Amino acid sequence: MTDRNSIIGKVDWPLLLMFFALVLIGWLSIYSAGMSEDHHAIYDITQFCGKQMIWIGISLAVGFVILLLDAKFFDAFAFWIYAVVVFLLVVVLVYGKATKGATSWIDFGGGVKLQPSEFAKLGAALALASLLGRQDADLKQRKTRIAAYCIIMVPAALVLLQHDAGSALVFASFIFVLYREGMPGAGAVMLLAVVAVTIFVLTLLWSTKVMCIVIGSLFVLTLAYFLLNKKKGLWTMVAVFVFFFAFVFAVDYAFYDILEAHQRTRIEVILGLNDDIKDAGYNLHQSRIAIGSGGVLGKGFLQGTQTKYDFVPEQHTDFIFCTIGEEAGFKGSLVVILLYVGLLIRIIRMAERQKLAFSRIYGYAIAGIIFVHVAINIGMTIGLVPVIGIPLPFLSYGGSSLLAFTIMLAIFVKQDANRLKIL
Amino acid sequence: MRYSPRNLAKRQYVIIGIFAVVGVVYLMKLFSLQVLDDELKQSADNNVLRYVTQYPARGKVFDRNGELLVFNEAVYDLMVVPGQVSKEMDTTEFCRLLNITHDSYVERITKARKYSRIKASVFVSQISKEDYAHIGEILYRYPGFYFQTRTIRHYPSAIAAHTLGDIGEVDQRQLEEDPYYKRGDYVGKSGIEKFYEKELRGKKGLKVVMVDVHNREKGSYLNGLLDSLPVPGKDIYLGMDAQLQAYGEQLMHGKIGSIVAIEPKTGQILAFVTSPTYDPNLLVGRVRGENYNKLLNDPEKPLINRAISGTYPPGSTFKMVNGMIALQSGSITPATQFHCNGPGSTPIKCTHFHGSSPDLANAIENSCNPYFYEAFKTTINNPKFGDIKKGYEYWYQMTQALGLGHKFDTDIPYELPGNIPTRAYYDKQYGGKWNSVTIRSLGIGQGEILVTPLQLANIAALIANEGYYYPPHLIRAFGDSTAIPEKMTTRMETGIEQRHIKVIKAGMNSVFEGSHGTARGSKIPGISAGGKTGTAQNPHGDNHSIFIAFAPVEDPQIALSIIIENGGYGSTWAAPIASLMMEKYIKGYTERPAVEERMMNGVINYAIKKKK
Repeated sequence: MTDRNSIIGKVDWPLLLMFFALVLIGWLSIYSAGMSEDHHAIYDITQFCGKQMIWIGISLAVGFVILLLDAKFFDAFAFWIYAVVVFLLVVVLVYGKATKGATSWIDFGGGVKLQPSEFAKLGAALALASLLGRQDADLKQRKTRIAAYCIIMVPAALVLLQHDAGSALVFASFIFVLYREGMPGAGAVMLLAVVAVTIFVLTLLWSTKVMCIVIGSLFVLTLAYFLLNKKKGLWTMVAVFVFFFAFVFAVDYAFYDILEAHQRTRIEVILGLNDDIKDAGYNLHQSRIAIGSGGVLGKGFLQGTQTKYDFVPEQHTDFIFCTIGEEAGFKGSLVVILLYVGLLIRIIRMAERQKLAFSRIYGYAIAGIIFVHVAINIGMTIGLVPVIGIPLPFLSYGGSSLLAFTIMLAIFVKQDANRLKIL
Repeated sequence: MRYSPRNLAKRQYVIIGIFAVVGVVYLMKLFSLQVLDDELKQSADNNVLRYVTQYPARGKVFDRNGELLVFNEAVYDLMVVPGQVSKEMDTTEFCRLLNITHDSYVERITKARKYSRIKASVFVSQISKEDYAHIGEILYRYPGFYFQTRTIRHYPSAIAAHTLGDIGEVDQRQLEEDPYYKRGDYVGKSGIEKFYEKELRGKKGLKVVMVDVHNREKGSYLNGLLDSLPVPGKDIYLGMDAQLQAYGEQLMHGKIGSIVAIEPKTGQILAFVTSPTYDPNLLVGRVRGENYNKLLNDPEKPLINRAISGTYPPGSTFKMVNGMIALQSGSITPATQFHCNGPGSTPIKCTHFHGSSPDLANAIENSCNPYFYEAFKTTINNPKFGDIKKGYEYWYQMTQALGLGHKFDTDIPYELPGNIPTRAYYDKQYGGKWNSVTIRSLGIGQGEILVTPLQLANIAALIANEGYYYPPHLIRAFGDSTAIPEKMTTRMETGIEQRHIKVIKAGMNSVFEGSHGTARGSKIPGISAGGKTGTAQNPHGDNHSIFIAFAPVEDPQIALSIIIENGGYGSTWAAPIASLMMEKYIKGYTERPAVEERMMNGVINYAIKKKK
C-alpha cells in the first residue's frame, strides 16, 4: 500500500510531464490530420484519432502497471523478454502479412495488429543493459563485445529481412551506449561514421575525381604535419587515408549496385540531384510546402490545408510533424523540438544518477533509440534526411509504436524511482 | 586511466552535445523553411489542389484512300472527390439530375469513399453531350463533383469490326505491367486498336488546378510547373479499301466464311471480311459490356475473325503449291503428263471428267486429283533426295517458304498458324512406316493440312508476283510519316523460280478462260484473271466452297482468297464472289448486276448444311 503511494512521489515528474505533453500533441495532430469536410469527434473510434485515444489509454495503463512491478524484475527477466521479441520477429517473417513491402505485422484479428519490430528495440535495450550491467562484464574484453554485438545484430538482421531498413537502422543507436560504457573504438566509429557520410554525400555531389583530389591534398597536408612534428601513429594515419580513398571508390558501386532504385532516388532528391517533384520528390516537396506554409505562428489548430487533403502522404503516421509545422508554425516546431531535446537530456542526466549499471545503461540505450527516431523522422519531413519510414516517438499514429515507447520510458522511470532503495 | 568511471561519465557531455547540435541544426532549418521562405507559403494558399488528367485524343484511322474509319467522340465522366462532398448537399435533387436512385447514389459514393476520400473516382461514366450541358450548368451547387472529358470511338461506316478492333477498360494484368495505365483508362483490346495501342494512345498530360471550397477553379497551381500537355496519338492509314471492304461484307451476307484481299506488290490487306460480322459501334461506351456478351453467346460466333482464326483444309487450291514444288525440285516439267482414269483412278479418284492424260496447265484447269497426287508422289520420291523421308522434309521446307504452317506475325493479333504436318509427326503416327500412299491426301490439300484464309490469299499473291511476297499486313502509313515496321516491308523470296510460276499462272488463267475451266462461269468482262477453285471436304457438314484468285494477270492489282463454309463446290459461291470483288476493285463497278444480286441475296441455311 505504501509502495503505491510512494511511487507517485518518487517518479521523475519533469520527464513524465514532457512525455504527457508529446502524447497530447500527437493526439491532437492526428485528429487534425484526419479532419476534412465532415467533422468527427476526437473520440470517434472509427477514426485514427479515436483509435489513437484507445491506444493512449492502453499505453498509460500498461505504463502504470510497470511502475507497480518490482524494479528488479526487468533486469532479471531481460533475456526472457529479449527471447520473446526475437521469437516474434521470426514469427512475423514466417506468418506476417505484407504491408507496403515490409512484412512486419502480426494480425490478432479484429483490427488489432502488432508490429514486433517496435518492441525489438526495447528487448535489445533490456538485454544489452542486463549484459553490460554485470559485474564481470567488460567491453575491453572480446567476449563481452561479441555478446553485445550479437544482442544488437540478431534483431537488426531479422528486421532487415522484413525489408524494414528504417527500423533496422535504429539499432545503430546502440553505439551511444557502447561509447558511454567505454568500448574501445566506439568514439572513433562515431567519428568515422560522420566522416563516411560526409564523403558519401560529397562524392555523389562532386564526382569521384574531385574527391580524390580533395582527399589527396588533405593527405599531403596531414603527412607533412606528421613528418614535421615527428608525430606518432603515422601508419595509422596512412591506413585511415587508404580507407578514405577506398571508400570514395566504393561509393559509386554502393550507390548504383547495392541500393535499390527507390532508395537511390530518395538520396538524389535530398541532395538536389533529382528535382522531379512529381514522382520521387513528391513527398518531400509536399511536406516542405506544408511545413513552410505554417510561417511563424501557424494557420491555427484544424486550419491546415496541405495536411488535410492527402497532399502530404502518411500524414498521421510518419509525416505527422507536417501537421504540427503547418498548423502551429515555427513556434510549434520549436516547442516540439525543445520537448524532445529536453526529454533526451533529462534521460541522460537521470541515467548518470543511477547507482545500478543496469539502469544507467538502459537509460542510455533508450535515449539513443528515441534520438535516432526523432532525428530521422523530423529530418525526413524537412528535407535533411532521405525518406525513411519510421515513426516519430509518442506522436505518430500507431499502437505498437506508442505502446513500445511508453513501456520503454516507464521501465526507466521505475528504475529511477527505485534508485534510492539501492544501498 | 582513460577508462576510469569518472572519465567515462564525462562522455555524457559528448552525447548531450550531439543531441543539442542536431536539435539546433533542425531548428535552423525549420526557421529558414517557416520564417524566411515566402515561396512555400504562397504554394499552399488556402486552396485545394485537383489533379486533372488530360487525356490525349486517340489517333484516328483512315483507309487507303483517306476515308475515315474510326474517330473520337467526346463523352464526359462525372468525377467525385468524396472528402469534398458537402454534408448539406441536396441528394434528392442531385439523383433526379443524374437520373439515378438514391440507393445507387449511396452505393456509388460508398465505393468512391472506399477507394479514397481524397482522390477522385468516376461517379457516373460516359455522360452524353446533351446531359453534360444540362448538368454542367448547375454542378457548381455540388462541391466535390466535376466533369472530366473523355473520348470514345466512333465508326462512321460501321465496317471491318474485327480489323479495327475495340477499346475497353484496362484490366488488372495490364495495370500491373505498365505503370502508364491508371484504373479506368481505356486500351485497345483487339485488332489494330490493340496492336497499335502505343502509337494510337499518345501520352497523357496532367493539369494541377487550385479550386476553392465552392468547387470553383482558381487557376493553375505553381504557374503550371507541375502540368504537362497531352500528346495526341498518331493517326493510322490502313491498306484497306473501305469501299471494297463494305462490298465484301455485303456479298458475304447470309453466309459464314471470309474474304481476304491483298495488294500483291506491297502485302497490304485490301479487304479483310469475316462473316458473320457486327457493327463496331455496338462495342463502345456504356453499352459495350451488354453487347459483348450477346455477341459472345451468339451460336454463329460473330466475334471470331475467321480470316485469321479459322483454319480449313485448302482442298484443290493447294494443288498450286504442289505444282510449284514439283517443278522447282525438277521432279516434273510443264510437259509431264500423268494418267487420269476419272472416277476410277487409284488411290485417289478424280471428281472431274476431262481428257487424259493432262499436262500441268491442263490439270490445274480441270482440277485433276490423280495428276497432283502423282506430282506430289514424284516429288517426295525424287531419287535426288535419297529417300522419301528426306524428300518429305524438302517438301515441308518449301511449304514454309510459301508462308504456310506458321504465323506471319505482322500487325494482326490472334492469328493462327494453321498446320503442315512435319516428318516427325508421321514418324510418330505410323511408327516410321509410311510412304507416299499413306500421306496421299496431302497431294490434293486434304488430310492434316490446315490453312487460314490469310495464308491462302498470300499464296494467290505470291503466284501473282511470280515468286515473292510481302508478309500480309494492315498498316499502310502513320499520320506523322513514321516508317512502318521493317518486318512488313521485307520482301520474302519463296525459292520458286519465275519460269515455273509462269506455268502455274497460265494454268490458273485457263481456270477462267479455258473451255473446261472450273470458274469459266465467273469470267470478268474485260479483265483477264487467274484463279483456282477448291472444294474442301469437311467432316462436320457440307463441303467448304473455296477460291483463290488474282487479277489482272498481266499486272496483278489484287489477290484474294474466299472461303464459304458449307458452300459446296468452289465454283458455286466462292468463284463468283471473288470475280465480283476483283471487278469492283479494278473497275469500281460490275457489269454483271445479276450475279451481284444473286450473290448478295444468297443465303445458306446452316441449320441444314451443318451436321451435329
